[in-house]
This record gives sequence, C-alpha cells and structure tokens, in this order.
Amino acid sequence: MSHLLAARLQMALSLGFHIVFASIGMAMPFLMLTAYRKYLKTQDPEYKQLTRAWTKGVAIFFAVGAVSGTALSFELGLLWPGFMKYAGPIVGLPFALEGAAFFLEAIAIGIFLYGWDKVPPRVHWASGLVVGLSGVTSAFFVISANGWMNSPAGFDWNGGNPTNIDPVAAMLNDAFFLQAVHMTVAAFQAVGFAVAGMHAWLYKKRGYSLHLKAVKIALLWGAVASVVQPLIGDLSAKAVAGRQPEKFAAMEAHFETETHAGLLIGGIPDEETGEVSFGLRLPGLLSFLAHGDFSSAVKGLKEFPREDWPPVLVTHFAFQIMVGFGMLLLLIGSLGLWQMWRGKAFSAGFLKTLVLCIPFGFIAMEAGWVVTEVGRQPWIIYKLLRTAESVTPRPAVWVTLFGYGLLYLFLCVVLVFVMQRQIKTLHKQLAKSAEGNP
Amino acid sequence: MVLALLLFLALSLLLYALLGGADFGAGILELGRMGRMGKQEHALVQRAMAPVWEANHIWLIVAVVIVFMGFPPVYTTVCTFLFIPLMCVLLGIVARGCAFVLRYYDAAADHSGLYSGIFAVSSAFCTFFLGVLAGAMTFGGLDPSATEFGPAYLSPWLNLHCAFTGVFACALFSFLAALYLSGEAEVKALQEDFQRRAAYASIGMVVAGAAVFATQPGLVTKFIETPLALSCFFLATLLMAQLWYAFRYMKATRSVRFWTRAAGAGVVAMVMLGWYSVVFPAALVFREGVLTYYEAAAPLPVLKALLIALIVGIAVIIPALIYLFKIFKWEVLE
Repeated sequence: MSHLLAARLQMALSLGFHIVFASIGMAMPFLMLTAYRKYLKTQDPEYKQLTRAWTKGVAIFFAVGAVSGTALSFELGLLWPGFMKYAGPIVGLPFALEGAAFFLEAIAIGIFLYGWDKVPPRVHWASGLVVGLSGVTSAFFVISANGWMNSPAGFDWNGGNPTNIDPVAAMLNDAFFLQAVHMTVAAFQAVGFAVAGMHAWLYKKRGYSLHLKAVKIALLWGAVASVVQPLIGDLSAKAVAGRQPEKFAAMEAHFETETHAGLLIGGIPDEETGEVSFGLRLPGLLSFLAHGDFSSAVKGLKEFPREDWPPVLVTHFAFQIMVGFGMLLLLIGSLGLWQMWRGKAFSAGFLKTLVLCIPFGFIAMEAGWVVTEVGRQPWIIYKLLRTAESVTPRPAVWVTLFGYGLLYLFLCVVLVFVMQRQIKTLHKQLAKSAEGNP
Repeated sequence: MVLALLLFLALSLLLYALLGGADFGAGILELGRMGRMGKQEHALVQRAMAPVWEANHIWLIVAVVIVFMGFPPVYTTVCTFLFIPLMCVLLGIVARGCAFVLRYYDAAADHSGLYSGIFAVSSAFCTFFLGVLAGAMTFGGLDPSATEFGPAYLSPWLNLHCAFTGVFACALFSFLAALYLSGEAEVKALQEDFQRRAAYASIGMVVAGAAVFATQPGLVTKFIETPLALSCFFLATLLMAQLWYAFRYMKATRSVRFWTRAAGAGVVAMVMLGWYSVVFPAALVFREGVLTYYEAAAPLPVLKALLIALIVGIAVIIPALIYLFKIFKWEVLE
C-alpha cells in the first residue's frame, strides 16, 4: 500500500467514524428536547422515560465523539503537516471558535446529564438546548474549514508563501454556508431515520407505546429534513458546478464538454477510455441541474489536464449512492408526514420500512463526504496544494492506519453492546411500571 | 501580541493540569489500588468526576488550537517527529474516556471491572506520555535533518530525561487527585486514606523531580539562573510543608479541607509556572538550535484574530463553567 493511500485511508476512517458521532451530537439533543418538552407539557411519564433513555444515549455518544474528536485535532498534523503549515494560520480561526462552541457544549451537557434534580426544569431544558445549538455551531465552524479547502480564500498564495492573511475572509469562504447547511440537515435526516427505525423495530418486538411516541418524534425531524434536503442538494450541486467543474464532472462521470448534457443514472465509468457503460442518460437534465438551463454547456473532464482529475469511479458511485438514498428517504419521509398529518396510525408495513431505513441516512451522509473529499483530489487545497505534497514524511503510516482501524472497530463493538444493554434496562423499567398500574 | 497568546496558552495548559490532570490522577490512584477498590471510593471518584470531566479535558483542545493557529511550526514539528508519544497520548485519551463513560452508563453490567481496568491503565499510560512529550519538546533531541528512523523519531523522546518527566507527571497528577478526593470524601477513613496517598505521591514527585534534573545537563544552571523558577520552587516547598503540617496536626474541618485542596492546586501551579519560566521563550529545542515562540508565531493579523476569538470564547465559557462548578462542586467547596 502506498504511503499516501495509507494516510488518506486513515483520515477517511477517522473522519468517517467521527462524523457519525458528530451528527448524533448535533441532532439527538433536539429529539431529546422534543420529548422533554412534551413531558413538561403533558406530564406523561412515558415522555420522561423516553427523555431519560435518549439522554443516556446522548451521553455515551457525546463522550466517545469528544475523545475521537480530540484524536482528530492531532491527526491533521500527524498525517498532513504540509497542509497544516499553510492552513493552520489561515483557517485556524474557525477551529478556535469551534473549540469554544464545543467547550460550551461540554459544559451544558454536564448540566443536562447530572442536573435533573439540581436545577429548575426550565434551566435544565435550556441547558439541553445549548447542547444542541452549540453542537450545530461547532459543525458550522468545522465545515467552514473544509469549505476553505474547496474554495480557498482570505490570502495571497505567492507561490507557496501565503501573505495578506485575512482569517475572517477565509472562514466565510464561498463553499462554507451551503456545505454547512447541507451537512446539518443531513445529520437530522440520518439521526431522525435511524432513531425512528430503531424504535419502530422495538415497538414491533415489544409493543410498548413509548416506542411509538419515539418513532413519531424522530420521524418528524428526519422526514422534514429529508424534504428540505433535495433543495439544498440542488443548490450545492450548482455551486460545485460553478466552483469546481472537475469535481462536478467526476460526480456525473461526464467526460466530454457538451451542451444539452444528459444526466447519468447508474453507469460504470472507465477513466482510461473516457467512456461509460450501462448508464441511463436523461437528455438535457445535467445542463439544467448545473446551470438552470437545458441548453447550457457542461464542462467535461477532458477539458482539464489528466493529472488534475479526481478519481472518477469512486466520486461517481458515491454521488449516485448519496442521491439514491436521499430520494428514498424523501419518499418515505413524505409518506410518514402524510400519515402523521392525517392522524392515522402507522401501518405495520410502514413500520417495517422504517426499520429498513435505519442505516440509509448515514450511508447517504458518508457517501456525500466521499464526494466532497475524493472529488477534491488530487488537491488538499483546491488548485494550490496537492495532497501528495502535504503528507507526512514519517514512515510506517500503515501501522498507525491499522492501529486506528482496530481501535475504531473495537469502539463500534463496545457501543453496539452497550446500547443493547441500555435498551434492555429500559424494557425492564417499562415492564415494572406496567406491572405497577395494570 | 505573542505574549498575550502565550498567556492564554499557559493558562489553558495550567487549567488542563489542575482540572484534567486531577482526572488522570484519579485513574492512576485506581491503578495503585490494583482492583481492590472499595465501593465507596468508586462512587466518590464517579461523583467527583462525572459532571465535569468532559469540560476539564477541553482545555487541551484550546491549547492545541492556539499552537496550531498561532505557532504552526511548533505543531507540525511535534506532530511529525514526536508522533509516537503523541499517538500514545491519543490512544490513552480515547481509551480512558470511553472506559469512564461506559463504566457509569453500563453499571448494570458485571464488566465494570474491565472498564475500571482500562480506565486505570490508560490514565497512567496517557499521563506518562504527556510528560514524555513535555520533556521531549525542550530536551534538545529533535533533529529535523535526520533521515534514519532512530535519530529522527525515537531519540528525541526515548531517553531517561523524558521517561522521568513522564513519571513526574504521573506523581504530580496523582498527588493532585488524592488531595482533591480527600477533600471531597465524606467518610473519615477515606479522607485519611487519600491523604496518605497524597503523601506517597509527593515523595514520588520529589524523587522523579530530582531525576528529571539529574538527567538533563544544564537544566540545573538554567534553573538557578531563573529567579522566577527559583521562587516557584521555594513557594511549592512552602506549600508542601504547610500541607504536611495540616495533615499531621489539624482537624479536617471544612475550611482546612478547602485550604489543603487549594494548596495542592498551588503546588501544581508553581510547578507549571516554574517549568514555563525555565523553558521560555523556547518552544522547541533542537539538537542544533532553538525555535522560540517569537520565531514560530504566525503573521500579525492571524494572531489578532486568534486573540479576539479566545477572548470572545472565554467570555462565553467562563460564566458557563462557573455555573457548572457551582451546581456540582459548590457544596463540596464550602
């Protein structure tokens, strides 16, 4: 395995792992607060039990996310010192602010988790809100740094000697806002559907009404996010088409520049020959998606030097996966919203579908990050610094890749195990309270 | 501007040592118990740490952000040439954080012995390598021109001096934890037990501290020539004597318990301040030459932005942090 590939894989592994926790940290507090608010309003003890159960989940995932995030803050330097040398001063600002937001989140979560009987309910509820809001704020800051890699701003490059650094302009780069919104909504989508699916499964298995309440809350968040997401996705695609035409072309496996370009569905691109086999092309639609006009020209990969192409196959596949699952969730989410709006009970078939959907949001999200990151290759800072130039000179990257891989695998096993125990404990409590008032 | 940032850096490292360090120390003390820890003691550590430990450890992230934005060559050099001890620290942080939270939330399980084991071992492991890192940054073994694996990636930290700074860090943090916990304990037997362990840890500090000096030629002269370091040393000794007196001859009333903890924190603060004053202004000491913070500093607009972000951040965080400690620590502090 090449040195560079090992470093990229380790980064992908760490980010791919961390992103799951980050999303849960962002979205889960809002689900929890919805249940909590319902409890404060209705005084229905089931909502309190649900809030408590979700809170435990938040605590566990937050802690694991916090430590894996600490590891990440060093990993940038451990793997990409050549990047950090330039990027540190320029995009350090969002990281510093992210640190502050994360700090606030850690404080608020301490108050929320251990303050049940120590602070008034309103303050307690508000501390939960601070957890959620600062989670979203942190995400915005971190994504601003990633946006800067796609759309570098706030300095003059001067052939590798950045001058005139303006950290604020770097933070507010062109890619930042849409990317951040896209990701935040994705977090709600992924977490909403995963939680709804989990509880749908538990409801089918055990029949406790608490689980049905949970499904409704989680699905509401997930479904609304799924309806909004395609609109943001479309805006993002248009922005990428304008800003990073190579990435856009790779997403679509679009080799030749043409007007009335067709949108490719499926298909296996071959980078060597520049041809796509087995795809379905919807004529004109790609031009429309890229520039809002069926006849506009869409740049193909062949416009660009071969050494500046991103890996086409991976980018294209990841993009298809993201869009595919996104559309599926849009459909199922709308169906769910419609049923809730009509006040109907969910059908057994619909609950089963929800169980199937547990991983879909996360798959779409991870695929989306593959599009962003692989699609930016071979650059680590778009058009300025190549990933290969910034990788650490130290040897044995594959050893640390292996080590990190094992660690994350171990953490996953432990988390699954612990969550399963949490559910068991919850069911014991539910069974007890059912005995108490038959 | 550089000095203002260094003040923030020093402050966040100090708070990391005072708050996060005590958490590490609690784990090391558990390791000293070798699994023979009583239920009461277990509950005490849990109650003392659980609400605040995540906030305590974010001071490290603040310090890292200051270094990588404000002094990027320092960050990249450490990440490259000291990657082995750094990875060990990270491994420790991940393992102990997970073990700690799972021990609490998976309490129904009979695996809490396993979690405790991981928590204790990784606390000691992590603290040791934090000390190694601190020692290696100014030991003078860093050699960016080296091409062989050994001289480039091993010898900067694989030496007696760094090993002793690691041991010293372990002793220091367990000293601090024992003092804090003796103050939070409600049962007399536990209070005395923790006091005894604080005393053992302080012996460890003296021995390891002497070894740190003995294994680094030139450190003693530098130390003697730095008045601030000398006065820190003097004050720390004074505080230790006072602690010893309090344990020996005074009743553990509330105010005594408060002051012993304050004195323990004071000792750690003096150690940190003494350390800063000896190494300043060097950020890294190489085999040949020194990189000072002034040389490593990023351009002025960057430093300005960082300073503003820090001030804004601190203005938001400090009140929230005080509120957190007020809820969970006030009754024990009073």
